Amino acid sequence: MSNYIKLVVLGVVTLFALIAASFGRDLAYQVNLTTFALAAFVTFIYTLRQTDEPVYNVDLSGEYLDGVVKAGVIATALWGVVGFLVGVTIAFQLAFPALNFEWAEGYANFGRLRPLHTSAVIFAFGGNALIATSFYVVQRTSAARLWGGNLAWFVFWGFQLFIVLAATGYLLGATQSKEYAEPEWYVDLWLTVVWLAYLAVFVGTLVKRKEPHIYVANWFYLSFIITVAMLHVVNNLSIPVSIYGSKSVQVFSGVQDAMVQWWYGHNAVGFFLTAGFLGMMYYFVPKQAGQPVYSYKLSIIHFWALIFLYIWAGPHHLHYTALPDWASTLGMVFSIVLWMPSWGGMINGLMTLSGAWDKLRTDPVIRMMVISIGFYGMSTFEGPMMSIRAVNSLSHYTDWTIGHVHSGALGWNGMITFGALYFLVPKLWNRERLYSLSLVSWHFWLATIGIILYAASMWVTGIMEGLMWREVDANGFLVNSFADTVAAKKPMNIVRGLGGVMFLTGAIIMCYNLWMTVRKAPATEASTNSLVPAE
Amino acid sequence: METYSLLRQFADSWMLLSLFTFFVVMAAWVFFRPGSSKTYEDVANIPFRHEDKPASIKTAAGKKEA
Repeated sequence: MSNYIKLVVLGVVTLFALIAASFGRDLAYQVNLTTFALAAFVTFIYTLRQTDEPVYNVDLSGEYLDGVVKAGVIATALWGVVGFLVGVTIAFQLAFPALNFEWAEGYANFGRLRPLHTSAVIFAFGGNALIATSFYVVQRTSAARLWGGNLAWFVFWGFQLFIVLAATGYLLGATQSKEYAEPEWYVDLWLTVVWLAYLAVFVGTLVKRKEPHIYVANWFYLSFIITVAMLHVVNNLSIPVSIYGSKSVQVFSGVQDAMVQWWYGHNAVGFFLTAGFLGMMYYFVPKQAGQPVYSYKLSIIHFWALIFLYIWAGPHHLHYTALPDWASTLGMVFSIVLWMPSWGGMINGLMTLSGAWDKLRTDPVIRMMVISIGFYGMSTFEGPMMSIRAVNSLSHYTDWTIGHVHSGALGWNGMITFGALYFLVPKLWNRERLYSLSLVSWHFWLATIGIILYAASMWVTGIMEGLMWREVDANGFLVNSFADTVAAKKPMNIVRGLGGVMFLTGAIIMCYNLWMTVRKAPATEASTNSLVPAE
Repeated sequence: METYSLLRQFADSWMLLSLFTFFVVMAAWVFFRPGSSKTYEDVANIPFRHEDKPASIKTAAGKKEA
């Protein structure tokens, strides 16, 4: 019976999406709505083929729902390569402007590809990693199967649809021009639906947990899911010009809009890229090290301090703007205070290895996790420093900011995700071990050296740029024109691109290694799915 | 008083105080509650249980297996 209702809903959705596409006022909207109709139609066919088939009531409560985690692992690895590839492309477009080809103007020039890169790495790569690992971790630490049956699959496919809608929209020019929140109103609405389903699955699983205590990793994941929902809804309050077009107008205006945007923007860093990934750290580092987290008490303090402080840090993006001084001072002070819980968390992660440091020599996966925590520490020192008004007057609008973001994103988010993928694939596909540890070492060194090239060249070029912009002669005239700085940056832009190539190469090696692990590595006997005795 | 000033004053005083108090009480609860060390030692090991399959109905109530 429920299948009939689904079929009716899917049929109506397909029909209305096609009607809207045919009325569409711009190309991006037409393409997006056609994609949406296609997705609904494929789901319709899938549901139709299941309808009126005999149903066998198998009790699945005795096993975990891991299919969706597997799909998430594959999506993470593939979107990662796509996102890094676009990043390398735009890095070379900056170094060699001729790569903004005439024939691709308006579709594949830097301005169109840049949001594609940021969204692909943050939301497609990072988001899939968070969804997959949170589903894995919440089941294991709650000792319960995911709540909601196939709702988890809806979350997975719904999120992929969101990514495709956003990506094609960017290339065709649909953007509301808010950094990290570029998708237009109808894509935002779709993400809201998917995100609430995600929240329901996660909370539903926690509610039916068999472990009396909610493990700390789940606290971090839950804060990430709830906060992102709140940020997303408030920052995307906008009124569409027409329901048949992609253009919308923001509800807030002027400095209020800027403040809401950076309240969102910095907490996308704080809750998406930090809290969520800390959830990964608090599960996968103890698992890979084979011993519990260094201090569970510290992890609780870490949690509350982090969520209490992060939410205030946004105004440091708006120094020397129309934003009142008190607000940017508030943001700056909270950013500096935030240094402490961040380093508390870093110490907790690193010290989890105390007594097991020898594993660093033998296990390249733990090496990856440790360097990711190291980069977490480094960028959570650099960030507070750059939020200080005087430092920001030098660093803002320069490539120093870009270097900072990438040491955090490639170093912390990238490396901890790679570590989690190397941990998960043998478990999920019941393999004894990874296909090749020496390939993991290759990945490790390529990625590490790549990040160092990237960050170092951006420090040099950013500080140079900042100093050139403020240089005045004896009469108080500016010495350099903007084009002078662009010319001076060229060598560093090339080094940055090469760093990106190394990071991308490492990720491709990882994909090959994971693929071969599934294909060739020896299977474990039965489904023991574990290296450490459980009891 | 208009809404802005009212909210601003409230945020600067009572809200700030209540959030700070929550934080201090939480920290004290975590560090000085009798038996907390033992509890946290136990729950820190949650990742090492139930790796392959969910807890069955019978062991459900049991806090930990020997």
